[in-house]
Amino acid sequence: MVQKLDMLQETPSQTAGPYVHIGMMPTYAGNAGTFDDEIGTSPISDGAQGDVIEITGSVYDGTGWAMRDALIESWQPDAQGKFAGQDGADPNVSGFCRFAADAESGEFCLRTVKPGAVATAGGTLQAPHIALWIVARGINIGLQTRIYFEDEDNSNDPVLARIEQRPRVDTLIAKKTGPGQYRFDIRLQGAGETVFLDM
Amino acid sequence: MLDGPLIPRNRAIHPDPYDPGYKTSVPRSPNLPLLSLDSTPSEETGPTFGHSRLGALDNNLILNWTRGAAPAVGERILMHGRVLDEHGRPVPNTLVEIWQANAGGRYRHKKDGYLAPLDPNFGGAGRTLTDEYGRYQFLTIRPGAYPWPNRANDWRPMHIHISVFGHSFGQRLITQMYFEGDPLIPLCPIAATIKNRAQLDRLVAPLDMAASKPLDYLAYKFDIVLRGRRQSMFENKPEGM
Ligand SMILES: [Fe+3]
Repeated sequence: MVQKLDMLQETPSQTAGPYVHIGMMPTYAGNAGTFDDEIGTSPISDGAQGDVIEITGSVYDGTGWAMRDALIESWQPDAQGKFAGQDGADPNVSGFCRFAADAESGEFCLRTVKPGAVATAGGTLQAPHIALWIVARGINIGLQTRIYFEDEDNSNDPVLARIEQRPRVDTLIAKKTGPGQYRFDIRLQGAGETVFLDM
Repeated sequence: MLDGPLIPRNRAIHPDPYDPGYKTSVPRSPNLPLLSLDSTPSEETGPTFGHSRLGALDNNLILNWTRGAAPAVGERILMHGRVLDEHGRPVPNTLVEIWQANAGGRYRHKKDGYLAPLDPNFGGAGRTLTDEYGRYQFLTIRPGAYPWPNRANDWRPMHIHISVFGHSFGQRLITQMYFEGDPLIPLCPIAATIKNRAQLDRLVAPLDMAASKPLDYLAYKFDIVLRGRRQSMFENKPEGM
């Protein structure tokens, strides 16, 4: 026998299920007024500095079907690369948003500011990106991924650099479709499967 | 200081992403391995929510849908516990959200068409912030079991869905609380996505008579553990030192 490590284990995950919206996005679920002040309705407020952008996309299952029930959370810094709460952070950027696929079309839209670059603890500068967390019925543990941008220099990003199969890097890069407009599709499985992270 | 990278997730304690017993997971689970890396500021920071955003009845699901006008139908229960990290340290001031079916097993959601009726006095959603010791509590009604389309006759055990933030985006967790003694737990394909029975048992809340209130409600205790962080002591030494 050896001494016991004085550590706990993380609580196991379970799927968010088909009715996640009543708890996390009640207005979307048709239950407006559940809470007076719903969280995550927008990552920015009026006056946010930087470029306001819209990222549109869908979450596709392994059959190519755009999921109607996916719920996504995003977390990002402001245009200067500062996260809410840090010294000098833009007071009009909360950085956190919840958005859902449209029940008819399966499309989501995230309206936010383009994030600034943030260095790792080791000092390596990461390319600008938005962290995502995706949950839905059938997803047993939330999926982590990132949105990078086609019109930024992604060549030295330490996360993208670790993707062995270079064509897969493309799955994390939002494509510019117009001024301030980007497209970012997420594929859970199969051809063009998005790179999901364990970080 | 425990402010280094997040401790990597032990995927063995979590459900299998792909589980043919839970049919919807088959097309919704990645085929390819996850890319495992040390966390960065995107995972080590996260949103915070103040008390000012919460309403007085947000953690009282018996009353919050009617804003206190009339109580929900069902067995009154207190769900309470602590949020800790893997080092056993309390996680204070973090948002805990729950959602659930009513006493008959029906959700107030446009997609739920189960035969059991809606309760006009029950919404089924609540939220609260943990206190300085990481404690939280909800007053609610015990949700009913409900059937769901999977195999021909699958039923969900009584359960409450729980979402917890922690202090960083990489700690984000959604899980479900089950109830001690429910005979449907071992029959449920969603519970069974967790392959280690001892890990599934960690999602089953015991009846907690000490926290129940005579002539009012029974209590169930449910502690939640989030990822911890490693020591950062040697992190800044250059490579090779
Ligand atoms: Fe459920």
